[in-house]
Amino acid sequence: MGTPVSKRVAAVAVAGVLAVAGCSSPTTTSTGAAGAGTLVVATAGEPDALNPVLNYGVDGGSLIFDGLVARDARNELVPALARELPTVSADGRTVTAKLRDGVLFHDGSPFTAQDVVFTYQAVLDPKVDSTLRSDLDMLASVTAPDPSTVVFTLKYAYAPFAQRLALGIVPAKALTGQDINKAEFNRKPVGTGPYRVTSWTPGDRLVLAANESYWGGKPANGGVVVAFVADDNVRAQRMRAGEFDAAELAPKLTTGFDGQAGYRVQRVPTADYRGVMLPMGNPVTADLAVRRALNAAVDRAAMVTGLLGGAGEPAFGPVPPTSEFAEPSIVGRPAADPAAATAALDAAGWKPGPDGIRAKDGRQAAFALMYPATDSLRKELALAVTADAKKVGIKITPEGLTWDAITPRMGSDALVMGYGTPYDPDFVSYKLFGSAFAGQGFFNPGSYRSSVVDKALQDGRANAEPAARKAAYATFQKQLATDMPWVFLTYLQHTYVVKDAVAGVTPRVEPHEHDVANSLWWNIHTWTRKS
Amino acid sequence: MTTPAPTAKTPAPTAAPPPARTTVRRRPRRLAGAGTVVRRRLLVAVPILAATSVGMFALGAASPIDPAQQYAGAAAFTATEENLAQIRANWGVDDPLPVQYLRWVGNLLQGDLGWSTSRHEPVTAVLAARAGWTLLLVGAALALVLVASLLLGTLAAYRRGGWFDRALRATAYAVQSMPVFWIGLAAIALFALTLGWLPAGGLTDITATGTDPADVARHLILPVGVLAIAQMPWFVLFIRDAVADSLRDDHVLAARARGLPGRTVLFGHALRTALLPFLTLVGTHLPELIGGAVLVETVFSLPGLGAVTVQAALGSDFPLLAATTLATTVVVLAANLGTDLAYAAADPRVRLDD
Repeated sequence: MGTPVSKRVAAVAVAGVLAVAGCSSPTTTSTGAAGAGTLVVATAGEPDALNPVLNYGVDGGSLIFDGLVARDARNELVPALARELPTVSADGRTVTAKLRDGVLFHDGSPFTAQDVVFTYQAVLDPKVDSTLRSDLDMLASVTAPDPSTVVFTLKYAYAPFAQRLALGIVPAKALTGQDINKAEFNRKPVGTGPYRVTSWTPGDRLVLAANESYWGGKPANGGVVVAFVADDNVRAQRMRAGEFDAAELAPKLTTGFDGQAGYRVQRVPTADYRGVMLPMGNPVTADLAVRRALNAAVDRAAMVTGLLGGAGEPAFGPVPPTSEFAEPSIVGRPAADPAAATAALDAAGWKPGPDGIRAKDGRQAAFALMYPATDSLRKELALAVTADAKKVGIKITPEGLTWDAITPRMGSDALVMGYGTPYDPDFVSYKLFGSAFAGQGFFNPGSYRSSVVDKALQDGRANAEPAARKAAYATFQKQLATDMPWVFLTYLQHTYVVKDAVAGVTPRVEPHEHDVANSLWWNIHTWTRKS
Repeated sequence: MTTPAPTAKTPAPTAAPPPARTTVRRRPRRLAGAGTVVRRRLLVAVPILAATSVGMFALGAASPIDPAQQYAGAAAFTATEENLAQIRANWGVDDPLPVQYLRWVGNLLQGDLGWSTSRHEPVTAVLAARAGWTLLLVGAALALVLVASLLLGTLAAYRRGGWFDRALRATAYAVQSMPVFWIGLAAIALFALTLGWLPAGGLTDITATGTDPADVARHLILPVGVLAIAQMPWFVLFIRDAVADSLRDDHVLAARARGLPGRTVLFGHALRTALLPFLTLVGTHLPELIGGAVLVETVFSLPGLGAVTVQAALGSDFPLLAATTLATTVVVLAANLGTDLAYAAADPRVRLDD
């Protein structure tokens, strides 16, 4: 059939395809399943480096590394590479850690105090692209007087410093003299943790094998595969196809697994809050009566059931109810209270106009509410707040923008924000509500200023005594509830689907970020699968 | 250099012996101008690539996105401005645009594509790890599109107006209106979840320790199929119309009149005439195929260049973005050149002296 011409065309096409296929043929051809009992978990986020110095698995649960301390199921500090919890000097400025003996890195080299010193100095080194440096502002120096002792010297007393010691320790030997930003180590890390890295295919998966000589005991399973699947729907489909033992899924996608044989849904409480930041630079939102009215008008219960599919709880402040520092008196009505809202506005002289929008001194009760356009949950929250506010005569204009468009306007326009950590109230709140950080980027964008809050936050970080800290944060929370620089809306629950056959899952309260580390699988080395 | 233009309006089909003017003698000379054309195209390609890279840097500079903040992610909420400024200084991203550009070009000329800030590894490493999979996906899909559309289009043209023709055209129009990610999710739902025949995503079995070719091939069936089906309608409809038209051409009618078998007329005469413009279509649709591959990679969780390019764009990762943009441009330019050469090889009326 083929004439010479079509033969030649076909040959060109075939040659092209072969050339394409040839130059992409895989380099490794070994096959077979990884060690028996390997667990597979799927996550949306992928780390861009596997080096704690560059912000990987900072707050523990990194699977590959250990810090001097770790957190248990209740997020309380327990010794890890330190043999007991570090001791703090009377003035709160010297923290001493005694190290565990006989710990080996994955490459067989012994763990010593020099590795700890190297790790913390690397974070402090301006040449290293570490965003952790800001979290260690208080650290003046770190030294190793002997191979099993590390001494941290602080610039000022900082009570929650031990919390910062969950940072994973890297071996000095593997990184000394290298450009840490570009080191091979970032993709082929060596730690002391329960798992060592077998391979990492960016965009695909991270394969971990059990560290048989883990100081904390041999892991209960042979290894872990972390699959990176960015798209929510795809992750749900592949979970349904039985590929994963556990996967992180959006709340609405997990509901399909409720009551499905073979799977169970884990709804994990978090410190991850969403709220409306009300800037003091806007004449409407600066009015306390308007802020109080909004706080009463929003229907948090409806947001939890309607927008979060039940996977959340109402929020009334930045300290999660699960925290030991939560002030029990800070509670509100989960449902909307329009009567209280209108009463507050009436009392302050905001009178309804002909169009139903209230006004005072010729100024309408109207402002813009920004949200990052790509975040569908924040968008839905913004629309819900807008609808609730309208019922009491406040006109909100929701605006979906990019962060770059949002940032310059944060001083004068309201914004749906989200963050939160379960570890210590100082971590986020000190910068978010302190006067010293007013108008500084994301720290205190609304320029909220309160001397009471400033003192409470300072007492909370400088005072090591637990009862005094608790009292300081109680004062902080009460003042915040009085001034309402934010209308807190909800705490989210992070939702996961787990195969029924998996045993040993122990959820703990999670922070805002969760991917490979700090997820449901923080203690996956104790999980087993019934076959 | 020019090739002597043949006087015959159409090339004589070799399957039919009679016509005196045989093309066999001339064929070696058809690509005689190829060397010149390739040299000229290369000369044109350099300014095109330079302009593309300058444009890319200029657009990037106009973007308000702060790469350090993107890099920090959620840590941007706790990182101080000094901290972020130090990182920007380490990267040199606050340098004036010409400085950044010249530095990039200088490194490029030494074979160094630079450092990807969003992926935290050398750009060459990112490309090496991922470009192969994207090329394999696109190449296999293109081959499938070519073979299937030639076959289906020709058959539909042969029985024009018949049930096969009508069904094929209806399907082509329907598929054309479906987004590729939708086709992908539907294919997963059907073949992976309902029937359980094929894996729902990934490059290999999730617990495999290597990339076994058979395993990878099984995982690529759905993505390649979906990408091919999504791109096929244009090609099928084009071939169908072109073959249907050429079936009415004089030389085809003449071949028929001489009593040649139907298959010979269809594939030897009619399809052959239709093939030439088809080559152009392939060349012009290549960028679309690459665009479709980006979405298919996302749906099937393949570690190709797609996701990483989007990430680079969102993170103002100039070196990586420049590399992927230039690589795509090179592929498109090469495809156009290849199309022209193939065209000249196939059609004696085309001269390679432009």
